[in-house]
Amino acid sequence: MNFDFTEEQQMVRDSIARFVQDDYDWDTRKAIVASEQGMSPDNWQLFAELGWLSIPFAEEHGGFGGNIVDMSVVMEELGKGLVVEPYFPTVVLFGGLIKRAGNEAQQAEWLPRVIGGEVLGAFAYVERQSRFALHDCQTTATRSGDGYVLNGEKVVVFNGEQANNLVVLARTSGAQSDREGLSLFVVDSAAAGVDMMSYPMMDGQRAANITFKDVALSADALLGEEGAALPVVEAVVDEAIIALAAEAVGIMGVLNAKTLEYTKTREQFGVSISSYQALQHRMVDTMMAYEQSKSLLFKALCEYKQDPAMAAETIHALKVLIDRNGKHIFGEAIQLHGGMGMTDELDIGHYAKRLMMINTTFGDANYHRSRYIETAYAA
Amino acid sequence: MDTAYSAEDLAFRDEVRGFFAEAYTPELQKRLRSPDYKNAIEEWQRKLYDQGWVAPNWPAEYGGTGWTATQKYIYETERSLAGIPNVVPFGLVMVANVIMAYGTDEQKSYFLPRILKSEDWWCQGYSEPGSGSDLASLKTKAERDGDDFIINGAKIWTTYAQYADWIFCLVRTDNSGKKQEGITFILIDMKSEGIKVNPIISIDNHHSLNEVEFNNVRVPAKNVVGEVGKGWTVAKALLAHERTGIAGVADVKRAVRVIKEVAAKEENGGQRLIDDPGFQQRLADIEVELMALEFTELRTLATQAAGGFPGPESSLLKIKGTELQQATQEMLMEIAAYYQGVLPIDLDPDALGHAFAPDARRSYMYGRAATIYGGSNEVQKNIIAKYVLGLE
Repeated sequence: MNFDFTEEQQMVRDSIARFVQDDYDWDTRKAIVASEQGMSPDNWQLFAELGWLSIPFAEEHGGFGGNIVDMSVVMEELGKGLVVEPYFPTVVLFGGLIKRAGNEAQQAEWLPRVIGGEVLGAFAYVERQSRFALHDCQTTATRSGDGYVLNGEKVVVFNGEQANNLVVLARTSGAQSDREGLSLFVVDSAAAGVDMMSYPMMDGQRAANITFKDVALSADALLGEEGAALPVVEAVVDEAIIALAAEAVGIMGVLNAKTLEYTKTREQFGVSISSYQALQHRMVDTMMAYEQSKSLLFKALCEYKQDPAMAAETIHALKVLIDRNGKHIFGEAIQLHGGMGMTDELDIGHYAKRLMMINTTFGDANYHRSRYIETAYAA
Repeated sequence: MDTAYSAEDLAFRDEVRGFFAEAYTPELQKRLRSPDYKNAIEEWQRKLYDQGWVAPNWPAEYGGTGWTATQKYIYETERSLAGIPNVVPFGLVMVANVIMAYGTDEQKSYFLPRILKSEDWWCQGYSEPGSGSDLASLKTKAERDGDDFIINGAKIWTTYAQYADWIFCLVRTDNSGKKQEGITFILIDMKSEGIKVNPIISIDNHHSLNEVEFNNVRVPAKNVVGEVGKGWTVAKALLAHERTGIAGVADVKRAVRVIKEVAAKEENGGQRLIDDPGFQQRLADIEVELMALEFTELRTLATQAAGGFPGPESSLLKIKGTELQQATQEMLMEIAAYYQGVLPIDLDPDALGHAFAPDARRSYMYGRAATIYGGSNEVQKNIIAKYVLGLE
């Protein structure tokens, strides 16, 4: 029984924490969000130099060879700083899909460039009608000569605007909601027939609706086995949910700490508002919500590290609890900050909005509660 | 024990419905969401004025409708179900009630007709940077100088101060006694020299809030409403009015209807969200509370039908009403799923998909304020504890 982090993990944690403290203060982040690119290429290069982009990838590709715990350490610290550089879409999703689905040549082609910070990636999987059902896919890739022709639309693609390359989930056979017949393709976002409508999101990140009109793909754009993509996608999504939960735990801790601090300094009726027992109990509740979230994250990490299949139920439970506790914690943070919590100027609302996007990404509490019931209550 | 509508009530309902269907045009609806909001809402209020309906809660002698409690209820329900925003409350609801109750004849004859015709835009100067829940600790100072007061200080969270012609303020005219004493309610022309409005962008990325600075602003003493030093009494009466309006039962009803409409169109791998048991249970929980709140509000209205200001029990309406508003806003965000985060409100809805999402985000985010403003819900619970339960 051991919930300690390794020395190496502690070093990565300290290095990100130092970056956030020294180079990512609130005004700096605001300027980055408002910039045309919505991210800092200099920071991205720095992340590459510091090795953060290499965490989940094998040493043979220049990676750190890290496991899910290493990944969660990075995500938790990035969460604390509300770092908007597209680590999640590029490293966890794009890189994760190449790592799991790509053949040796594809891994050798892409992973060193992800690790080196040369490639920004995105995973295009949501469709207007799909909501959280990954297999509900109308985008098609039809065989044509040696390659494929891609047609369809993906929406709210995180980092779609900045990504040089996309992994696109498309249907190569079957009906709209079949679990079989889905395939993954690496698509150059500058390819003919790729059209984008980009927009900023409330959490400071960028997203895009992307349409594909007769986009010609060569045979080697296919990532993994044709028609058998869903299990691979689900595996990457499981890992991604744990990564997001770690980010959320980082954010929850910051919100609680900031709220506690504020209530100690804010005076009303001649005393600090933290002296009111009614408010003290509420901060006790948010503290418990944070600890419970962290505990379930640790359970998911321990199980997943041992065998990803073991974590299946816990991952659904984790998504439920992170959603519920995240809402509870940011709701109280805004409420206890009063009018100040309502401003765009203060960071509290921005942490709240990132938690909201984490909650909806790959399924909210309502969705995962149903999945949990299906998994855990199955006869 | 009877809430059935009479034949006259039903005829009245049809009349209201008919008017809204004709007057609340799609063009106006569009402008209300645009940067032309101020002109659009004033135009709508003038339409209501022409119809004689802009101030259902005013006594008929001042230009109110003279409606029965049931008619007011019908009107409010129909307004809300039609998705029509409430009138801007600062003039028509708040300061008007204060002027009617405490104002001089001169104040009544000058301000009330102008408010009725939406000729002046009003804003509310209560909160200060250091005085939120503890409103009585306010520090904005008014010093007597001949026939005038000289005002110095700052107000904050002032909704639509950027549009305002007038601000009604609580100011400190005396520092010597208890902090509730020495507060005065005064009307200030926003065009006065020495007023500066600083915008505050709120969490919904919108500019409705402001800080208003007063730097040696000269205000005629005849603009005091009620007695000098008795502003706290006036303020409390007004806050009670603010609280009843805040319950928003009819608006929550409409939100439930909208939730059902959009959730019927949203699917998860072929299953409609509206058919999802988990979703249904949570929506049902909201509806159950809402049914009860509607009758809590009716009971309050019935006891107040004789007139006068609502009492501390209006705090209950505020707490429960705002909780339900937030619960419905949260469900709409949940339906929007990934789309809940989309920031721009002016994207081509066909190109974006889920056209309701950007508005859902704005309502949800700004909706966080409902449990904070008008006396935070924590303060409302203190009011109930003290004045209803008699706990000290």
